Amino acid sequence: MRVNRLALAAVAILTAALSTACSGGSDEPSGEAASQSAAPAGPVKLTYWTWVPNMDKIVAVWNQAHPDIQVTVSKQAGGDDAAAKFLTAAKAGNPPDLVQAEYQMLPSFVAADAVADLKAETAQAKAEFGEGVWGLVTLGTDAVYAVPQDSGPMMLYYRKDLFEKYGIEVPKTWDEYAEAARTVHKKDPKVFLGTFSSKDPGWFAGLSQQAGAQWWSISGDAWRVAVNDEATTKVASYWGGLVKEGVIDGMPYFTPEWNKALNDGKLLTWPSAVWGPGVLSSNAPKAAGKWAVAPLPQWNAGENHSGFWGGSSTAVAAKSPNKAAAATFATWLNTDPQALGLLIKEGAVYPASAKGAALMTEAPDYFSNQPDFWKQAADIGATARGFTFGPNVNVTYNAYRDAFDKAVADKSDFAAAVQGMQDATVADMRKSGFTLAQ
Amino acid sequence: MRSTKTGARAGRAGHAGRAGAVPYLFLAPAMALFTLFMALPIGYTIYLSLRRTRVSGLGLGKGARTEVFAGLANYAAAVGDGELWAGWLRVLGYGALVLALMLGLALVFALMLDTAHVRLARLTRISIFLPYAVPGVAATLMWGFLYLPSLSPLGEHSFLSADLVTFSMANVAVWGGTGFNMLVLYTNLRAVPREYYEAARIDGASELGIALRIKIPILVPSITLTTVFSVIATVQVFTEPTTLRPLTNTISSTWSPLMKVYRDAFVTGDLYSAAATSIVIAGISLVLSFGFLRVVKNHAFGES
Repeated sequence: MRVNRLALAAVAILTAALSTACSGGSDEPSGEAASQSAAPAGPVKLTYWTWVPNMDKIVAVWNQAHPDIQVTVSKQAGGDDAAAKFLTAAKAGNPPDLVQAEYQMLPSFVAADAVADLKAETAQAKAEFGEGVWGLVTLGTDAVYAVPQDSGPMMLYYRKDLFEKYGIEVPKTWDEYAEAARTVHKKDPKVFLGTFSSKDPGWFAGLSQQAGAQWWSISGDAWRVAVNDEATTKVASYWGGLVKEGVIDGMPYFTPEWNKALNDGKLLTWPSAVWGPGVLSSNAPKAAGKWAVAPLPQWNAGENHSGFWGGSSTAVAAKSPNKAAAATFATWLNTDPQALGLLIKEGAVYPASAKGAALMTEAPDYFSNQPDFWKQAADIGATARGFTFGPNVNVTYNAYRDAFDKAVADKSDFAAAVQGMQDATVADMRKSGFTLAQ
Repeated sequence: MRSTKTGARAGRAGHAGRAGAVPYLFLAPAMALFTLFMALPIGYTIYLSLRRTRVSGLGLGKGARTEVFAGLANYAAAVGDGELWAGWLRVLGYGALVLALMLGLALVFALMLDTAHVRLARLTRISIFLPYAVPGVAATLMWGFLYLPSLSPLGEHSFLSADLVTFSMANVAVWGGTGFNMLVLYTNLRAVPREYYEAARIDGASELGIALRIKIPILVPSITLTTVFSVIATVQVFTEPTTLRPLTNTISSTWSPLMKVYRDAFVTGDLYSAAATSIVIAGISLVLSFGFLRVVKNHAFGES
């Protein structure tokens, strides 16, 4: 009896499954027909690849207000993998309509003809952004390849309590930073003032920007590549010397070991970007309220410069059938006050638009001891300088990881590692056929 | 006599003729699957490996990037790249370690479990086999955390330093693979008629003697098989170094040949040279595994 009943149940389930499958099948053509006949009036459907947390909530607000343009969020992992995935999808002919594009990856997207020119659609939005960040989406050309979303001006995060404990001042110059590193390590050999991460080329690029580096530039119809310029070599040699001396550690950022060192107070500073609080609060929850921010140490006393680490924009795929609608959404997301408010609150994003930065008033919970956190950030942000990214940043960044992995492990010459990055970049561009200026 | 012979021959020919398409019909599903999932992808990889992109000017804007025929340039670059061969060297060292340790341990465990005196055989067998059920990424992460000096309960040793990293990686592979190989050998041993051992004991052989002179010779074909499988798996090593890489700066993005393929295809975005390198790797692993089979064929399978 039991077997029979089981069999019956199985048959019932199968039948149900089959009938729904069939009805699903029969539904589809009619639905398609409907959308085809009503194409001009029906809602435009857009897909959006992003890794901003809670973006679905922000998009829900848009969808509610715009029944004719419906956006679906597809959450991505972020980082280099996301860029590779988008390039592959664009090549295969099925990219999303909208994609979150880190500034340094945008030239690769443009070179692969994967993103659309939004010049006409963004004519009004231009006024909302500073010149520096706008340059990152035009690449110095007449076209506009994305709408800026967030930016990452760099500043120095430091453990206020431990600075007092070890009796050091907040370093104003990199020389003072080096001195502080020696002092701290001498007082407790297990503690370091900071660490040099061979896994984060974006961080190194930001520090080089602060020193005035220009890794790529366009002169006429040719690329000029200067990853090994004087400023970059200076930055590399500075850190290389400290690593060799043993007063700066060589553990990479964002690893379990790094988290532990932050939590245990074994690392006292982190030269990072404005998005740092999110990372610190999740990776080093124990140290809440003990960190503070200051401007990056300067190369020459009295100077006032910073660089950018990270930051991204919203781009529209070249193959999207609904470019105008996608551009409208991208503009709303990054310039509308309501959207900016949501980006700040739900997405923990530091908006690139001037209006958005003005909305940042309440310090992040992790920095409740520093109520002027955002004022500091805005002041520092105004001093940050970037550079044009080239069309093969992925090659340069990969060369950074391999060369500096080795240099840190062997405590060898960091300037040679920079030369390795330059050589790999130039070799790759030459192989592809880019015109290079000498 | 002659007439019957020709008759028979004619009959046979007629039979084969009548069979006609039937054998091909039986073969069709396998051939179709092979074509779809093996021949076509391989063909496409070869096609890709013969092409490259050419950029003009700044490479920005429409039509600045075109795909062109490259001849054998990608192969020349793949074979001429020192990193690939350095990768092979690293994998060779790693592979020798893994093969010797893993298969040696598997053989010892199988022989021990097969002796008459062992207690708790089932439990032991399962606990040796169990690591094989842990996915490679999970196993590597678990070991990775054990290797990190500040998190490890194993003390402040730098298991991921340049000197030790190969051993640490081999340890993960041995931990994960020994159980499977042991089970293959052990199952083979259980199929051996017990009379052999009785006869040997009556002749005064010790357990060790039985193991060395009866069991191991009987096992040679399965040892050969497990070796070939392990060689192929080692040549393809990718999961362990890729998973450990973010934790240390002693593993480069081209540590093993397959990692180089991954880097070319998905990090630096050059699908074409990645295709060429994979064809080179496939060729080398074919040579390695068939070469090994050829060398041991006579001993293992008694073929001439």
